[in-house]
Formats: sequence, structure tokens, C-alpha cells
Amino acid sequence: MTAPTTSETALVIDAAPRSDADLHPPRGVLHDTWVIARRGLVHMKRQPEQLSDATIQPIMFVVMFAYVFGGAIAVPGSQNASAQRYREFLMGGIIAQTIVFTAFGVALSIANDRKNQAVDRFRSLPIARGAVLGGHAVANIIKALLPIVLMSITGYIVGWRIRGSIVDTIGAYGLMIGFSFAMIWVGVLLGSLVATPEGVTGIAFAALFPITFVASTFVPLSKLPEPLRTFAAWNPTTTLSDGLRELFGNPNTPVKPGDPWSVAHPVAYTWIWVIGVVAVCAPLAVRAYQRSIAS
Amino acid sequence: MTNEHAIEAFGLVKRYGEKAALGGVDIVVPTGTVTAVLGPNGAGKTTAVRILSTLSVPTEGTATVAGFDVTTHPTEVRRRIGLAAQDATVDPLLTGHENLVMIGELHQLPRKQAKARATELLDQFALSDASSKVASAFSGGMRRRLDLAATLVARPQVLFLDEPTTGLDPRARNDLWEVLETLLGEGVTILLTTQYLEEADRLADDILVVDHGKVIAQGDARSLKRQVGGDNIGVTISDSSRLDDVVEILRRVTGADPIVDRPARTATAPTTGGVAGLAAVANALAEADQEVEDLSLRQPTLDEVFLTLTGLPLDGDDDPEPTPRTPEEVTR
Repeated sequence: MTAPTTSETALVIDAAPRSDADLHPPRGVLHDTWVIARRGLVHMKRQPEQLSDATIQPIMFVVMFAYVFGGAIAVPGSQNASAQRYREFLMGGIIAQTIVFTAFGVALSIANDRKNQAVDRFRSLPIARGAVLGGHAVANIIKALLPIVLMSITGYIVGWRIRGSIVDTIGAYGLMIGFSFAMIWVGVLLGSLVATPEGVTGIAFAALFPITFVASTFVPLSKLPEPLRTFAAWNPTTTLSDGLRELFGNPNTPVKPGDPWSVAHPVAYTWIWVIGVVAVCAPLAVRAYQRSIAS
Repeated sequence: MTNEHAIEAFGLVKRYGEKAALGGVDIVVPTGTVTAVLGPNGAGKTTAVRILSTLSVPTEGTATVAGFDVTTHPTEVRRRIGLAAQDATVDPLLTGHENLVMIGELHQLPRKQAKARATELLDQFALSDASSKVASAFSGGMRRRLDLAATLVARPQVLFLDEPTTGLDPRARNDLWEVLETLLGEGVTILLTTQYLEEADRLADDILVVDHGKVIAQGDARSLKRQVGGDNIGVTISDSSRLDDVVEILRRVTGADPIVDRPARTATAPTTGGVAGLAAVANALAEADQEVEDLSLRQPTLDEVFLTLTGLPLDGDDDPEPTPRTPEEVTR
């Protein structure tokens, strides 16, 4: 077939309808989910600000915090402020912050889909149930894991080491994925309830910054004044950061008698949050999403 | 496919709260034919397309597309249809090729087949050069062509085109019409909505005129034009003081009361006589030694069709931006 380049050339468009007998059988929810996830990854590649969020920014954060605050913040357990100890302390927190922000990425991609009417296009296609949300989830987990890998490499260069056992290390990565999964539902809920990408950005920054900063993300809990300390002690970002530090065998705030249960058992407490958030947010999020796309 | 009618809808009602966007519409489209739904903004055209393409559930009524009920078997319907929504919904961050491959894969084509079909369609739609360009860099006409190509990836039995040429310049519109005309012989059933009588006339076998959620007239272009009194003869002269003579001539030849536009030095009258009527007017003008700037025989405009069918002028027809008139526009 030749390409018609001018309107004088007779157009040939092969659009003979496919008969019922020739229809392609459904290829399943995993296939459809992956097709939509790939689109999310291409989106990241094509948007400079998203690409920098996932690559340059995490590297910058590690380097900046490690060298700017490294000498100033004493991590409990040692007498003096040691930059090396702070850098090891920092990694658990910075990874936790990235994972919490997964919710923002999901919410933004869902709001953008509605803005660009991609939702209607998808709904007119024979896609397996749940594949659109599944695709957003998979793409955003990958978007969260990419910076974690880059930060791990950067962290290694500036002196961070995994000192825990293999089982604990697997537990640490399992906790990261579990928490990302929970954040996806928070993101779906937020993206479905807030109509515009701009609104999502506003709410995410108003809510996510306090949650990730009033925590042991960048400074040990003992350095925080009351009442911020009490909030931070029960903040899952704190226990995710501390849980990762514990599992990686990195410096951490030593647990004292009388500390809240959450601080004494960060890994268990974080998993309770993961299960709680998924149990509550997932059904609400699916319902909110269905309502947001229906008309 | 053995269905006699690719689309059968009866008594479609869609209410948003108190307001009815569709107030009981029947649409029957024989397999392999083209039906145009013609009407102004907010008439309920998009609502009808959204129901038939499974995006929206009717408040009342039933609809069958390609042999399956749209409310009880939406997936079966989706396997057999293509939808080009009013605002081209191609993904702005994907390239032309990536867009078509994704749609193909979501239509359950194996990846290799989806890629081959994407390349083939880009070629046939003269978009090969834009194959690796992101869609946000496309012109409006290219985006519409890509959107149309996307609907054809899975070779649908039924195609829905919601205002395929709205917002395009005349040249791009003409290009798209040529593309659509090549589809007509392929055996696809097409339902298209439009605000242009010319478009419906050129592409459709059958036309439904809708307004305020109801079908107010139905038929092919010729029968609709008969209802509005055929073509119009327009005369523009250079000397405005002699306009009354022209009005007299038009009244004598056509037997109808001409409409006079004095600032434009133009008089217009409906005729059923076609070219013969035009010739008679031309002769009479020549005998009267009138200096004619423009003499034309033209189809009635949608405005005139509406004026005749509803007794009310069509509002907002000059406005390229949608003017909300019903909740359909508000909720979109």
C-alpha cells in the first residue's frame, strides 16, 4: 500500500469490520494492567519535571542532606556529631519520604487522566475490570522504586551501608513495597475526590510536607520539641524511617523505657498502618474512582 | 454479522437531576449505513453517543449495538465499536505510533499485530511523518486524523464520531471528509453527530435532526430540504436604490416572499426550481438591466432548517465555543 501524500492521491483506508468470529479473545487483567502501566512510564519519561522528581531530585536530596546537615545533627548513640553516622541515619528517612510521596504521583496521574479525557477513551475499550487503576498502581510503584535504587547507589557512594542480615534486608524492601501499595490507595482516593491536577498539587503539598517533615525522617525523634514529638512518635513516616534503619542495621534513636509502643516496635507498627490504610482506603478509593468516571 | 440493524435504541431518556438531556429518543441504524445526528450545542447529541458507546447509562430506554445490550453487555459492545469523542482523546504525551499501539493492545490485539496495524493506519492516514512525534505537537487536523485512526485499529463493526470536524479550519475539514468518505464503502456502520447540514448531507444516508433532547425531523438530506423549502436564490446588486426592483423580480419568479438585507444589498428567496429557477431569475435580472455583483443558488443553512422545523432561530451557531444549554454540556 502506498502512502497518500496529497489530497489528489486516492485514499485507501483498510477498515473492513472484523466479524464476531474473528474478534480477539480477552488477554486478561495482567496484560491490560501492564499496557496501561507502560503508558504511565512513558509519561514520566516525557515530562521533564516528573523525570527530575524521580532521578535528579532524590540524588540531590541524599547529597544535600548528607553534606549540609551531616556535621550538624548528632545521631543518638554516639557522643559527637559524626557526618558518617548521619549519612547512614539519613537513608531510611529519605527513602520513607519518597514512598509517602507515591500517593501524590498516583493522585496526579488520575487527575490528569480525567483532565485529558483519557478516562473516556479507556472506558470505550474492552479492558479488563480494574486494569486502569492497576496500571496506575504498577507504574507508580516503579516510579517509586527507581528513585530508591538511585538513592541507594548515591547513599552507598556517600558512605551508607546495609549492615543487617539478608532476611532483614528483604524485610526492609518488603516494607517499602507494602507501604507504597498502601500509598497508592491514598492517591487514588485523593485523585478521585479532587477534580483537577492543580487541586491535587495544592492538597498534596499542604498534607504531605508536614507528614514527612514532622517525623524522624531527617532528624532523630529526640531532637523534636513537644508537642511535635508526640505527633511524630505516632506518625507512620517516623516508624517507616526507623523500621528501615532497624532492618538495615543503621544508626537509630535508641528505644528507652516509657517510649510509645510505635517507637519501640516500628516495623510492626508500620505494617499495622499498611494493613489499616489498605483495608479502609482501597474500598473507598475504588468507589470514589468509579463515581468520578461515571456520568 | 447478521444483525439487520447495527444500532437499535428505543425511548432513550437521560436525566441529570431535574433536567432531561435526552427526552425519549429512538435511533435505528441499518448495518453498513451512515446516520448523522444533526443539532445545535446542547441538543443531546453527545449524550446519545455516550449512551450508545457504553460510557453513560440511560435513565430509561434500551439500546442494542452490534447485537448486544449496552447496559447489560458493555464489554461485548466495546469489543465491536470505535469511538472518536468530541475532543480528540489521543494521549498527548505518546507518539502517534505509541497511541495506536496502545489502543490496539487494549483492544486485545497481540503486540506484534498491534504494531503492524499502527504502522499501516499511520500510512493510510498520511501520518507516517508524525509517527514518532508526540501527539501534543500535532495540528488540530492531524490530531483528529490520529483519533479517527485509533478508532479503526481493531476494525470496529460500529463507529461513533462525535462532531468529527468541529473546530477544524475548512481545509482540514475537507481533508477529514475525504477520509470519512473512503470509509463508507468498507461496510462499517457509522453514527456521527454534527452541527453542519453540509456535513450530514455529504456523508450520511439518513439524518436525525435533534433539539432539546428530542428528534424533531428525520429523513435523507433531500427530504429534509423539501421540508424547509429547497434551495435559496441570493442576489446581491451594486446599486442599493434598485433593490426593490430585485425583490419584485424574485417574488415574481419564485412565488415566495424574499428576505431583504439592505446594508448588504442582498435579497434572498427560497426556490424549489433548482437550476431552472436560478436561470429564470438570471434572465429577469438581465432584462431589467441590473448590475449584479453576486447571484447564487445555495442550500439552506442549519439555521434556516431550524427556523422552519421549530419556528425558533438556532442560537449560538456562530459561536465556535460550546454554549451550555443543558446539563450535558455542564457535566462534560
